Amino acid sequence: MNQAQVEFVLRIADDSLILGHRLSEWCGHGPILEEDIAMTNIALDLIGQATSLLNHAAALQGEGKTGDDLAFLRFDRDYRNLLLVEQPNGDFGMTMMRQFLFDAYRTILFERLQASSDEMIAAIAEKSLKETKYHLKHSSEWVIRLGDGTEESHARIQESLNTLWRYTNELFYTDAVDEEMHRSGILPDLSDLREQWEDTVNRVFQEATLSIPTNNWKQEGGRKGMHSEHLGYILAEMQYMQRAYPNMEW
Amino acid sequence: MKEVNITEMERKFQEKIDQDIKIEPKDWMPDDYRETLIRQISQHAHSEIVGMLPEGNWITRAPNLRRKAVLLAKVQDEAGHGLYLYSAAETLGADREETIDDLHSGKAKYSSIFNYPTLTWADMGAIGWLVDGAAIMNQVPICRCSYGPYARAMVRVCKEESFHQRQGFEIMMTLAKGTPEQKAMAQDALNRFWWPALMMFGPSDGESKHTAQSMKWKIKRSTNDELRQQFVDVTVPQAEMIGLTLPDADLKFNKATGHYEFGEINWAEFWEVVKGNGPCNKDRIDTRRKAKEEGLWVREAATAFAQKRAARKSA
Ligand SMILES: [Fe+2]
Ligand SMILES: [Fe+2]
Ligand SMILES: [Fe+2]
Repeated sequence: MNQAQVEFVLRIADDSLILGHRLSEWCGHGPILEEDIAMTNIALDLIGQATSLLNHAAALQGEGKTGDDLAFLRFDRDYRNLLLVEQPNGDFGMTMMRQFLFDAYRTILFERLQASSDEMIAAIAEKSLKETKYHLKHSSEWVIRLGDGTEESHARIQESLNTLWRYTNELFYTDAVDEEMHRSGILPDLSDLREQWEDTVNRVFQEATLSIPTNNWKQEGGRKGMHSEHLGYILAEMQYMQRAYPNMEW
Repeated sequence: MKEVNITEMERKFQEKIDQDIKIEPKDWMPDDYRETLIRQISQHAHSEIVGMLPEGNWITRAPNLRRKAVLLAKVQDEAGHGLYLYSAAETLGADREETIDDLHSGKAKYSSIFNYPTLTWADMGAIGWLVDGAAIMNQVPICRCSYGPYARAMVRVCKEESFHQRQGFEIMMTLAKGTPEQKAMAQDALNRFWWPALMMFGPSDGESKHTAQSMKWKIKRSTNDELRQQFVDVTVPQAEMIGLTLPDADLKFNKATGHYEFGEINWAEFWEVVKGNGPCNKDRIDTRRKAKEEGLWVREAATAFAQKRAARKSA
């Protein structure tokens, strides 16, 4: 088993899993019916990505576990998702801002991962990229609409950006895992990730008439299993059935 | 003079219906026909939307990734059904916003089944199997409804509902052959949802005030009791197949008629839930209202943005 490779796949998988969970909390509560459908659809894509990636991680581990075991039976400190994706939904603008900051990063990541030497990752990236491009289109349109909509919507979404900005530095987090993945060709070159991401973000914020917070106070830790207090509650809910009724088929 | 004309038009209208010619949005139709359809289609649309809530309640707690994805897809389908149906009602001149306001004010009804809580995972099975199953019984005849847009919407909706029904049954089957706890969970869900599912077909024929006219107009093609009987006949053997027991001591097969006889429905409970006194009526409407209120700023922003863009284009 390649420990770094498992770790690397879990990071991508957990981003999809936890964000998919958050979005599915909206189901039936959206501001318009069309958005209920869109957010459910995005959640569905993310859960699908998580499933493929977790199955792959389980196979790489070779301990006889399944993707479901990894999704539902790890402990809090073993989840590897970004702090950004576990942040609460807040209002619709907060959810769209969180989604946009993430989609802008994910599109670049999946674009590059199509060339991964791990064929499974490459295939998942190719499929997920199509979905993620649509997610980015959807979230950036809403950021622009809300930013350049009414006075109230502008104030609200600017506030969401101010709240979430501190979690964006972690998008570019790298450590020995990434270095090893890069050396083995599993992770293609991502040295311009931040630059590319900033291009998208600046362009959209300009059109949305939003300003990037000057507060550069940054939070990170998710990639190492150091989460915010929110994750524990997500897991309590998500894992409930598997914990209450262990070892059963559903 | 005018009265003669209307009578004449009504006669011609009924002739078309009798010949199974579809009525389309631009065709002349009696006011009562239009109103009956608007009431029925918007009630159906509301049922799809309110129906998202009891199942949405279990998405974040689904027991594995496959079930989570299937449940998400199902609830998304229901939202889609709501959307087609609101559009079908709009072809009759019913504004979507106003229609939804009628739901929130309590003026418009929706299927009472969604006023029962989903307490365990097995309820996702029971709802798919019984509630989508009953919906299919109700809706398949509407695919031949005299009003074109409603009939066509139903063709698409019924295909998806039968998919939901099979998925729900599959959940129940998995539980029924699982551990004793799982089987008990499935049986409990069946016990709670069986009678409310039978109530989904509405009051018995003697009590149903709209049936006769709706049948004449081919908006309705079978009576409530006929559909209910059909549902019981199809569902009882399915329950037996997976080893679950229906909560009805009077249930028995009548060899002479070829139908199952079943016990008396608790009509007092039915009318209480219709009136708004079911376990979740208040929660469901409060939730929908809250979603609309909290989304107001978003809808206003979208409108303001669209106007700004249009103004910039024409400037
Ligand atoms: Fe439906
Ligand atoms: Fe339906
Ligand atoms: Fe359905």
